[in-house]
Amino acid sequence: MLDAKIPSGNLDDKWVDYKGHCKLVNPANKRKMEVIIVGTGLAGASAAASMAELGYKVKAFCFQDSPRRAHSIAAQGGINAAKNYQNDGDSIFRLFYDTIKGGDYRSREANVHRLAEVSTNIIDQCVAQGVPFAREYGGLLSNRSFGGTQVQRTFYAAGQTGQQLLIGAYQALERQVALGNVTMHTRHEMLDIVKIDGKAKGIIARNLITGELEKHFGHAVLICSGGYGNVYYLSTNAMGSNVTAAWKAHKQGAYFANPCFTQIHPTCIPVSGDHQSKLTLMSESLRNDGRIWVPKNVGETRKANDIPEAERDYFLERRYPAFGNLVPRDVASRAAKERCDAGFGVGTSKQAVYLDYAAAIERYGKIEVSKQGLSNVSSEQIIAMGKEVVKEKYGNLFNMYSKITGENPYEVPMRIYPAVHYTMGGLWVDYELQTTVPGLYALGEANFSDHGANRLGASALMQGLADGYFVAPYTVGNNLADEIYNAAIPTSHPAFEEAAKKVAERIASLKNINGKQSAESFHKRLGKIIWNECGMSRNEAGLKQAIADLQALKKEFWSDLRIPGEINEYNPELDKANRVADFIELGELMCVDALAREESCGGHFREEYQTPEGEALRDDEKFMYVAAWENKGAHEWQLHKEALKYDVIKPSQRNYK
Amino acid sequence: MSQNTMNLKVKVWRQKNANAQGAFVTYDVAGISDEMSFLEMMDILNERLITEGGDPVAFDHDCREGICGMCSMYINGKPHGPWQANTTCQLHMRAFKDGETIVIEPWRANSFPIVKDLTVDRSAFDRIIQAGGYISVNTGNAVDGNSLPIEKQNADDAFAAAMCIGCGACVAACKNSSAMLFLSAKVSHLALLPQGAPERKSRVLNMVAQMDKEGFGSCTNTGACEATCPKEISIANIARLNKEYLGASLSAE
Repeated sequence: MLDAKIPSGNLDDKWVDYKGHCKLVNPANKRKMEVIIVGTGLAGASAAASMAELGYKVKAFCFQDSPRRAHSIAAQGGINAAKNYQNDGDSIFRLFYDTIKGGDYRSREANVHRLAEVSTNIIDQCVAQGVPFAREYGGLLSNRSFGGTQVQRTFYAAGQTGQQLLIGAYQALERQVALGNVTMHTRHEMLDIVKIDGKAKGIIARNLITGELEKHFGHAVLICSGGYGNVYYLSTNAMGSNVTAAWKAHKQGAYFANPCFTQIHPTCIPVSGDHQSKLTLMSESLRNDGRIWVPKNVGETRKANDIPEAERDYFLERRYPAFGNLVPRDVASRAAKERCDAGFGVGTSKQAVYLDYAAAIERYGKIEVSKQGLSNVSSEQIIAMGKEVVKEKYGNLFNMYSKITGENPYEVPMRIYPAVHYTMGGLWVDYELQTTVPGLYALGEANFSDHGANRLGASALMQGLADGYFVAPYTVGNNLADEIYNAAIPTSHPAFEEAAKKVAERIASLKNINGKQSAESFHKRLGKIIWNECGMSRNEAGLKQAIADLQALKKEFWSDLRIPGEINEYNPELDKANRVADFIELGELMCVDALAREESCGGHFREEYQTPEGEALRDDEKFMYVAAWENKGAHEWQLHKEALKYDVIKPSQRNYK
Repeated sequence: MSQNTMNLKVKVWRQKNANAQGAFVTYDVAGISDEMSFLEMMDILNERLITEGGDPVAFDHDCREGICGMCSMYINGKPHGPWQANTTCQLHMRAFKDGETIVIEPWRANSFPIVKDLTVDRSAFDRIIQAGGYISVNTGNAVDGNSLPIEKQNADDAFAAAMCIGCGACVAACKNSSAMLFLSAKVSHLALLPQGAPERKSRVLNMVAQMDKEGFGSCTNTGACEATCPKEISIANIARLNKEYLGASLSAE
């Protein structure tokens, strides 16, 4: 059994006690300590800025041309915090409870409670940095609701919350760059962890412009490289988002936890053809006001607006009257898939459902009429006023939809379908966010810790910033306090030389395959296998077939890949090949994990384990644990379990009816 | 929702590295669906170049949903192509006609040196931010978020300026390669908020100094930047920047 090193004491007191008793590093010693941070999204940028403010020497790395472009920037809807500004009954306990329940009782109580505790500090910190959150006319912060909750606790900046939070963290990071406390390495990719005496002591990074391999020492290494949703090829992740840093850490001894816990987001723009390179999310906030439906008749041929009210099936409102269109993501996605599989889907592909704003437009129009005290208003005028309100709330999302599809969502219902969006699984970490390799940490989406088997909306931004601003600075410091006697190790040390040599050999062997197929074409095939067999629903036979297919794909990849260009130059195809090679291996582990977990929970739906109503059927007796996999060589992993103990919350079947 | 396919020519700027001589090369791309995005058309071209043993066209791109600011192509004489308020990655092929020749160039500005083909180095923008584009508040120093009410109009205006994605289209569009729209968006965002007040003067002076040091040109108010900005950042921000700069210069020690 794995030990998560959760502090003793009452749940409410654990984090306060930890902070009160953890070891500190004095300012003179901090100046001598070097910290490496891989990735500059919300987790990485906030950790880099905060650690540098404390006085550590930070080296930060990102593959993009600027830290401001990390994919956190694309988060739309918002960030949760237990501020209870709406006086609607919110509290730290309720945010904690909603997150545990939303995660289908597969996350760690102590971590989630800490997350809920620091959520309020995050909002304060971001406001102080100048993050322009939405405000009410009185000048105070505005909130909206999100899936899986019954309170309004989501703070937002139109549909660009991730962008604004990341710019805040990026500016704090650049301030530390200007002060000389952070050395920023853009267009760099981490290609291995360097271990000395069993501890992480640095990394090998490739300069993506010159192809040169660089050796960097650090007393601690923080992996903040995001999730692995791009294993599916088609996802809402950025094209460059990859698992490579986390996978290298895994190969060096860090256990990988719950890889089969992936999130399929219900509201994305449907696939339009084989050319598709990525999928675009339509924010969950749209489910606040939009109604989701399909026709009641199989094979319906009429246009959406011609289908009368009585012949529409608002299936989420029908199945889940208490939460309606705001059920958690996994529930909404499966319900949409169920309707499409049963033949009720819409659009040319029949793999889509409607997200309809007509009712919201009318409702908002009527509110405007009564606000302005008008009488004798025509229904056209009401609709026009309603459209203005909807435009203010969701205008940028509606514009995005019409650019991609060429349709006007103010006039016709949008078509949406679930798509891969987030990965709850990731590197296993203890309470201190330390992996099973001492000195190696994982923050944000790269770790597994807070969202269990399903993440609630507006919680990813919260977790990334919680880890980076408020958790890692304490927990990493607690361990660095023991490192003050260890001077920086020169990168001429044999361990660095050896690691760099191995990375160079791997790159050369990839380049020397000299086959016929591009990395992209392998990635597409990988994505199809994983999406079909380890996507929204999984079964034993399919997973076994997928494992065999992935092993064959890996073989073919390593014998028929073509990388154009040279090693020692700017070569995006080489970068991609490196990432796809790691994704193929990860895909296999996802299937191994999904096969071993003989239950359904959250985003992991095994067809063999469901209730008569088609809801996920957990098996708490056998599977109330974190599955942490240790790499044992090619195609081999050993399972380690971390038992999940619920001291405060009593697990039950999730009920959103 | 019916798909139309077209055959096109793309005339692309190819340049091996920063020091090499560049030139246009024309390629045929066939069977392009009008539902494809512009970058998916480029993917198809690159896939073909790779299988034919050629060198694919290098271009920056990442989120492909118009927010990261990474994509940067100068298409038929306009940064990000023909659509208003749009990024290259959000441009779709229905903007073009069968048989058309599309000309694709990188951002051209001395302060954005070419890395390869259509990829340029925009690190000058990061250095401008380093010069003062932030509020100096360490983690853990914040008061309650609602202890400082902000007038909705100011909050909305600050947000409108903060929407800048740092893509550099404003510089590419400007005949002087001026970075004034980018800089003014950041100065406005922070100057409009009470949190930004303590550093207001030093911020604008230092950021303008850094912009000049990076070699960006002067603003001559042609408005090309505003017309091309994918996030519709208003040129009114430049007026605010000038006011901020003048005020800070007059009252500086």
